[in-house]
Amino acid sequence: MNPQNLSAPSAYFLAEVSNEQETHTLSVVVDNEPGVLARVIGLFSGRGYNIDSLTVSETEHEKHLSRITIVTTGTPMIIEQIRHQLDRLVPVHKVTDLTVEAKIASQDKPLERELALVKVAGTGEKRLEALRLGEAFRATVIDATTEHFVFEITGRTNKVEQFISIMKPLGLTEVSRTGVAAVQRGPEGI
Amino acid sequence: MTREMTGAEMVIQALKDQGVDTIFGYPGGAVLPIYDEIIQQEGLEHILVRHEQGAGHAAEGYARSTGKPGVVLVTSGPGATNMVTALTDALLDSIPLVCITGQVPTQLIGSDAFQECDTVGITRPCTKHNWLVKDVEDLPRILHEAFYVATSGRPGPVVVDIPKDVQFATGTYQGPTVNPSATHKSYRPQLKGDAGALRQVVEMMAAAKKPVFYTGGGVINSGPEGAQLLRELVSLTGFPITSTLMGLGAYPGSGDNWLGMLGMHGTYEANMAMHDCDLMINIGARFDDRITGRIDAFAPNSRKIHIDIDPSSINKIVKVDLPIIGDVAHVLEDLVRMWRTSSAKADEAALKAWWAEIDSWRARNSLAYRPNNDVIMPQYAIQRLYELTKDRETYISTEVGQHQMWAAQFYGFDAPNRWLTSGGLGTMGYGLPAAIGAQVAHRDALCIDIAGDASILMNIQEMSTAVQFGLPVKVFILNNQYMGMVRQWQQLLHGNRLSHSYTESLPDFIKLAEAYGGVGFRVDKPGDLDGAIEQMIAVDKPVIFDCRVANLTNCFPMIPSGKAHNEMLLPDEANDEAVANAIDASGKALV
Repeated sequence: MNPQNLSAPSAYFLAEVSNEQETHTLSVVVDNEPGVLARVIGLFSGRGYNIDSLTVSETEHEKHLSRITIVTTGTPMIIEQIRHQLDRLVPVHKVTDLTVEAKIASQDKPLERELALVKVAGTGEKRLEALRLGEAFRATVIDATTEHFVFEITGRTNKVEQFISIMKPLGLTEVSRTGVAAVQRGPEGI
Repeated sequence: MTREMTGAEMVIQALKDQGVDTIFGYPGGAVLPIYDEIIQQEGLEHILVRHEQGAGHAAEGYARSTGKPGVVLVTSGPGATNMVTALTDALLDSIPLVCITGQVPTQLIGSDAFQECDTVGITRPCTKHNWLVKDVEDLPRILHEAFYVATSGRPGPVVVDIPKDVQFATGTYQGPTVNPSATHKSYRPQLKGDAGALRQVVEMMAAAKKPVFYTGGGVINSGPEGAQLLRELVSLTGFPITSTLMGLGAYPGSGDNWLGMLGMHGTYEANMAMHDCDLMINIGARFDDRITGRIDAFAPNSRKIHIDIDPSSINKIVKVDLPIIGDVAHVLEDLVRMWRTSSAKADEAALKAWWAEIDSWRARNSLAYRPNNDVIMPQYAIQRLYELTKDRETYISTEVGQHQMWAAQFYGFDAPNRWLTSGGLGTMGYGLPAAIGAQVAHRDALCIDIAGDASILMNIQEMSTAVQFGLPVKVFILNNQYMGMVRQWQQLLHGNRLSHSYTESLPDFIKLAEAYGGVGFRVDKPGDLDGAIEQMIAVDKPVIFDCRVANLTNCFPMIPSGKAHNEMLLPDEANDEAVANAIDASGKALV
């Protein structure tokens, strides 16, 4: 039992204290079978949980295992619920709250990256400015004509967000983002 | 054992290998190959219902009264969609069901074919798990896995959707795995509780001054051992015990430490004990909103222990101090042993004072009602039914509404698995098919559906099933001509404007019984009740018993919506004004 609960008249009132919204990154290892993603996102919509970002791909081909990375926001009680609700889906092998794991290891956050393809169209000074800023953000040009660039940018979500917002006045026409992929720091796997 | 057979043969073989003796179903185009196997075999009895929802609830009644999984076989499209209510009902009440649905042939899936629907899509949120079988070679494994998932951990309904071409295809049949709980690749629920945490439970129980056991359907689901161990623990500790609607019978209603049911229509002493306790030991219950009342005033001075097999039940509604994940019977076995062998003892002096306080609440006699010599009071009808049936092997099912609450309050359940009711979903129309399911499993027992005049009409067609299979179920209708609970809420919340809660043209229930081939009774005088009940019991046929009761009786005591356990509306205080003002504006928004 949590020792701080011992003296409290009711733990319920302790829960009320930490009613602040937190953002957590969950890693969910699932059987790659038909409908598994529908089960996961159906759980979120059916129970009214938030999905800020969701990424999924098969990560272990021989075992047919996929890894779903979900960024979600809620009170600590809701986040705990989400973890347990996910865990009781039959094809789910393991649910890890990477944000909690990072805290336990005294780290700020888990390693999180996303990739965006950003199309910017324009000519003249705006075009040059877009190219200069792309270099400053270490974005790679993967397609270009005299009238446009497509940048590939990788990084934390806030870096990608910042890059996109800077490109807006310079002729931003299209963005495609992967959502967050995340792992823990250190040698251990989940 | 392995051998070649068709998908349809595999279904029958797998059911037999899983120990199934009865299935409830309704044929249709997409399950004809399986039905063709059913008629050519022995050992598996098929009960033909009149509506697929009836098959679902009958399977639930069978499952709840036996502890075994209920099995349903229905066709594609409407067959599957008609099952949705029963599946959801079973999910909320944790009833193990295996539902096999036919599906259009694989090459037609997605083409909006005749009687096609996305069965796995529709039933995904109302099952514990479901499968669409696209290859006959996967079928035996999935069928066995379906039984494992439905019955292990927190039980629940599963669906196996089998396209018609897979039923015709030939493949290799494999028997069940010996130990699926050890070999399943991802689903392995935890059964044993953590020993360190259990030692803390013993310490907390020894230190408690005002303890209460709050038990639920998990005790029943854990099997007869769970109920037996619970009784042992209660008698060892001397603690008071209350239960949810779903847990009635786990501890005997005639037991010394029994407080009665808790919650919205629970007893005053049960709810006050919950509110004032200093240690709440939740065993297999889930802090449902019918139980907790106003959540921020729920048992404010208590520490809470929660024993549950489903980790997602922990801290879902109420934050608890000490969670124990595990199966009730496994956990209680360890707990009883630890309590016996440790030096810990209950605080006798504190318990004595606690019981004195409880007795003062009990003295309020919160289930009291005004007897009447001219009109049958519904509570009186249940009391008489109990007195005249309690010495038999009796299974009681209910529909949903006032009659259900009166049955829970006034029928004393002394054994587990004898009480079949729709608790979580609150499904009107549950009771008659559930009684049929119980009667199929217990041919010589007395199976009574305590019904309301409105609910019974929701699955009345199953009378025909009861007659066909010689199942002498008794439908005991508390007929007040209203949807009683709806009317009560309209009185409480909506200025007594009784919008569409009065049934202007009820059928003649005697003629209705006779039309189906059963027997009908009607009683409207209290003095005639006992004799008629005895006659009903003596009839070896399905019976509809039209018990005309006082029309406008309210079900009390009651925790009004948005109120706490210690703010109950008691019957002697519930005058018209108190009833009209019982629920404030914020409570009105709640259900």
